[in-house]
Amino acid sequence: MSVIAERVKKIVVEHLGVEAAQVKEDAKFIDDLGADSLDTVELVMAFEEEFGIEIPDDAAEKIQTVGDAIGFIKSNAKS
Amino acid sequence: MFDLTGKAALVTGASGGIGGAIARALHRQGAVVTLSGTRIDALEQLKAAMGERTHAIAARMDDAADIDRLAKEAEAAMGKIDILVNNAGITRDNLSMRMKDEEWEKVLQVNLTGTFRLARAAMRGMMRRRFGRMINITSVVGVTGNPGQVNYAAAKAGLIGMSKSLAQELASRAITVNCIAPGMIATPMTDALTEDQRRSILARVPADRLGTPEEVAAGVVYLASDEAAYVTGQTLHINGGMAMI
Repeated sequence: MSVIAERVKKIVVEHLGVEAAQVKEDAKFIDDLGADSLDTVELVMAFEEEFGIEIPDDAAEKIQTVGDAIGFIKSNAKS
Repeated sequence: MFDLTGKAALVTGASGGIGGAIARALHRQGAVVTLSGTRIDALEQLKAAMGERTHAIAARMDDAADIDRLAKEAEAAMGKIDILVNNAGITRDNLSMRMKDEEWEKVLQVNLTGTFRLARAAMRGMMRRRFGRMINITSVVGVTGNPGQVNYAAAKAGLIGMSKSLAQELASRAITVNCIAPGMIATPMTDALTEDQRRSILARVPADRLGTPEEVAAGVVYLASDEAAYVTGQTLHINGGMAMI
């Protein structure tokens, strides 16, 4: 597992209070991990801070699974 | 009760009568206060009078970029924004038949759109810290209407709906959003009313006097306090009984 994926999963675990085993790449934040819409906004904010990137609103809307987040960050993160 | 030591407050329209009183009251309860407004001289004067724990940042509420800058600079100056008092407001009174588009738009832009933009800019930090107090200064006319103030009344009514929606979005993050609706308060803005207007309004005020800015500020202190944590989406009317809603 890549470093980025690990960091993303750590944020999801901390923020949503779910078990690490639940945070699979195809897990949907809202349907599978119990996030509400405000949680997803906060997750995006947390990703932005962790990786020093800006996630525009139209991109944020497309991030629905853990894998979506990892994919976006991999292709946009500086490090 | 109502101790605000360690809290950071941003007050817009602080160069005005009510805004100045709000800033002083929050400061007196121990908060660090950033004064904002368009008249930097008046802000600097107030800042000097208030002393320590005070910052002044000029900003225009009809300018989106300026509003974002204000939020950033206030957070930089104080380290955070715990309490946001959206008090900035203007009037461009006219009968509807004669109201120009510019008069309508200007009032909506400053009083409603500007308030939303600043609330949006400030809520990020509040969400992260799981604490926030937004207090939007609306007006009795936002609930009752007022001839000659179709634009102002619409903007102030808009603030109430906006605040209720924000309150529902943010309540789970321990951020409260409330309105204060002053009635007739003695300020330069009410000084601009004609004697006829003043008399006809006072005839409808059971308390038979204008309110003071300090009486409005006391409501802000309450809503900003830890004690008011369970109060959200409300409008507190401070109007001498002028309208009982």
